[in-house]
Amino acid sequence: MLKKILFALTAVLMIISIYAVFSDYSPIPVSVKNAPGDPANFKIFYFHLPIAISSYLAFAVVFISSVLYLRGKQQKWDITALSAAEVGVIFAFLTLASGSIWAKSAWGAYWVTWDVRLNTSLVLFLIYLAYLMIRQAVEEPEKRARLSAVFGIVGFVGVPLSYMSIRLWNRATMHPVAQLNYSTHSPLIITLLVNFAAFFLLVASLIVLRIDNERMKEKINELKRVKNL
Amino acid sequence: MKFLEIAGKDLRAEFRTKQMLNSMMIFALLVIVIFSFAFGNEASIFVQGINKKIVDLLAPGILWIAFTFAGMLGLSRSFAGEKEEGCLEGLKLCPVDRSDIYNGKVISNAVLMFLMEIITIPVFAVLFSYDIKNITGMLLVVVLGTFGFIFVGTLLSALAVNTRTREILLPVILFPVLLPVILSAVTATGTMLASGQISDIAGELQILAVYDVIFFVVAQLVFEYTIED
Repeated sequence: MLKKILFALTAVLMIISIYAVFSDYSPIPVSVKNAPGDPANFKIFYFHLPIAISSYLAFAVVFISSVLYLRGKQQKWDITALSAAEVGVIFAFLTLASGSIWAKSAWGAYWVTWDVRLNTSLVLFLIYLAYLMIRQAVEEPEKRARLSAVFGIVGFVGVPLSYMSIRLWNRATMHPVAQLNYSTHSPLIITLLVNFAAFFLLVASLIVLRIDNERMKEKINELKRVKNL
Repeated sequence: MKFLEIAGKDLRAEFRTKQMLNSMMIFALLVIVIFSFAFGNEASIFVQGINKKIVDLLAPGILWIAFTFAGMLGLSRSFAGEKEEGCLEGLKLCPVDRSDIYNGKVISNAVLMFLMEIITIPVFAVLFSYDIKNITGMLLVVVLGTFGFIFVGTLLSALAVNTRTREILLPVILFPVLLPVILSAVTATGTMLASGQISDIAGELQILAVYDVIFFVVAQLVFEYTIED
């Protein structure tokens, strides 16, 4: 029942957020209208930021479930970590993809070499690909869970790194930092918040679905073992 | 101080054959020689209105590529050697804390890395006809960067050796996590080679020091899970 509510809520919020982004409700700031490139490209921002933060959220789930797994060696935490990592990798990729499309329109190029924000986001994606590779490289379930939990803890360094990259290295970056003020930007902030809610719920639903998937897989393996198939 | 015994054992075994040390040094020198051929010494480019040799822009990166690639050779063998003939089981039977095994390995790996770097830096300075402006600053960067590399590298080396793909997996999982070290160390080394005030690289040194502390502590906590059965 709770799951059904979660999925329904995700669907409703997703529809509202897509409508808000593509309708005229969500504004395009004046500074963007004067910049080169199609001003409509700013609408990507409403997806781009929530997707990026959702991927951080998924990786935080990986971190927490890895710690919990190492404490109690309960399999459910391993499954949670795996599910969150897979969802997080997809969202990290979507962050890069949506950012690149926006960059092509706003800056004229898909990728800017040596930009710390871009590179740390790419590396965050690579860290969790490495996490999935570790899982593939170990056959025994217990050992796989243990080793990937260690990497799930170590790899989390990528998240604060990517989030604070602009402040950490005071190197020039083309990537903008959002400076919002509620009184002047209220429709913008409301659209953004709706999108945040929609994408957080989407991450949660996908993780829940993936966990169910994994549980079912185990049940099938169990049945196969019992019936000697 | 039990970990000193473990480090001593590793170093004694290493200095009997000098196998690892020789291959690390020769590899690091080869990387530098190949880069110095590939990029040439004379080509120059205008950067922000100043005529700069291309080699000058690339040199710090080349140095750190040599260090990390050669260090990777040493790290990948660090636990692979223990895995043969069941030496790791013997180590685990020692009446010491599991983190002492890690600390011992850190020390022996660091000694090998520093020996390699002591030879590589002068050769680098000669081949690229460099006059290192600030040697203390440079050493500080190299020491902090190397410890960051070793702290994470030793932990992940113990992790990778338990997987099916072993040595192949190590670079894939280590390099993304190492990004903050490489990014800061390359920038700081560049400053030390060119103008050279330690105050100019305070930010980078801070990142390196924080990274070292975080991973030293994390490794103490999670190392035991990588070698447990």
